[in-house]
Amino acid sequence: MKILLELFLSFFHIGILSFGGGYAAMPLIKEQVVELHGWLSMAGFADIITIAEMTPGPIAVNCATFVGIQVAGIPGALVATAGNITPSCIIVTALAYVYYKYRGLDAVKAVLASLRPAIIAMIASAGLTLLTLSLAPDKDFFPIKADLPVDPIALAIFAAAFIAGRCIKVKGQKISPMWIIAGSGVMGLILYGIF
Amino acid sequence: MKNNKLVVLFFETLKISAFTFGGGFVIIPLLQRKFVENLKWIDEEGMLDMTAIAQSTPGPVAVNVAILAGYHVAGIPGAAISVLGTIIPPLFIISLISMFYNTFRNNIYVNIAMAGMLCGVAAVILDVVISMLGLLFKGKDKTIAGRIISLAMLVAAFVANRFLKINIIFIILASGVIGLMMYLFGNRKDRRKGEDNEDIT
Repeated sequence: MKILLELFLSFFHIGILSFGGGYAAMPLIKEQVVELHGWLSMAGFADIITIAEMTPGPIAVNCATFVGIQVAGIPGALVATAGNITPSCIIVTALAYVYYKYRGLDAVKAVLASLRPAIIAMIASAGLTLLTLSLAPDKDFFPIKADLPVDPIALAIFAAAFIAGRCIKVKGQKISPMWIIAGSGVMGLILYGIF
Repeated sequence: MKNNKLVVLFFETLKISAFTFGGGFVIIPLLQRKFVENLKWIDEEGMLDMTAIAQSTPGPVAVNVAILAGYHVAGIPGAAISVLGTIIPPLFIISLISMFYNTFRNNIYVNIAMAGMLCGVAAVILDVVISMLGLLFKGKDKTIAGRIISLAMLVAAFVANRFLKINIIFIILASGVIGLMMYLFGNRKDRRKGEDNEDIT
């Protein structure tokens, strides 16, 4: 019981202090999980970061689940995840209320409008990071032994996915990103499987 | 009808979360595609506002933006439903993986499928960025000066984030301060213009 409470409080702490998403949460997770409580070794921490990068979902939630399971099984995973998202639930719901109440004000509109270019820049930057990662020919998990600046198979999949998403419409609507991503996975299996 | 909306909300956030590799900003284009372009529940500017709020508050960005989108669609029940939808896939997947970690990590088929999916995610993000840029510059009410300022702020934010490695929270704060100052300055000019007019009459 005490361990569950500790898990909850630790991940609550991580949740409330991590501004700016997953990468900002990493040092906090390390502090709590490795240094303060000794729930994971440094090697275990490196493993969970790798898993979190390779699997869907927010890094902090992934870490909470992984650490929770290691420390106290499924209940541990549930409690740690709940702790991690509780601050968000309270703070963001309150802000959502405020946003809908005041977004009609000119001053609020002006400030929100001025944030938009920065937000688009952040999304572009995140996309670029993923793009360079996916096109890198020296992927550690599947090295293509060729002297090329980009992995041609990855480039082909990227181009196909981009054209499908941009140009093809089904019943007047763009293809759902889920299909594009799943389709890219299948193309990866086929193309990397052949070559 | 409202219950129907909650069901759709739950399964859409569930699906989106299951395909959000890389965390944080990656979920925004997926939500944008679904809720703005397909379902039309949220307008494009509202989505960008939500992203700004999600990014400036503590906690995982994906969870924060799910709360905001859910709240927008169906109030507090909507927020609760979309948080559930967002955390179930990672909870489930990580639980499974942590049991079979080594087998999973060394499986060649898992790795090549993921390499392909990563390319697909990059393509979706690029597509959404292009749509968002269109919105930023094409609006009828946008003046030329306004467009130049937007472009300058976009480039500055990109450089600050990517090359100077400045924390995102400071970039957002700075953008907000610039917007507020432009608003106050612009207003003073309007007011002065108003006073001049009174003098003439």
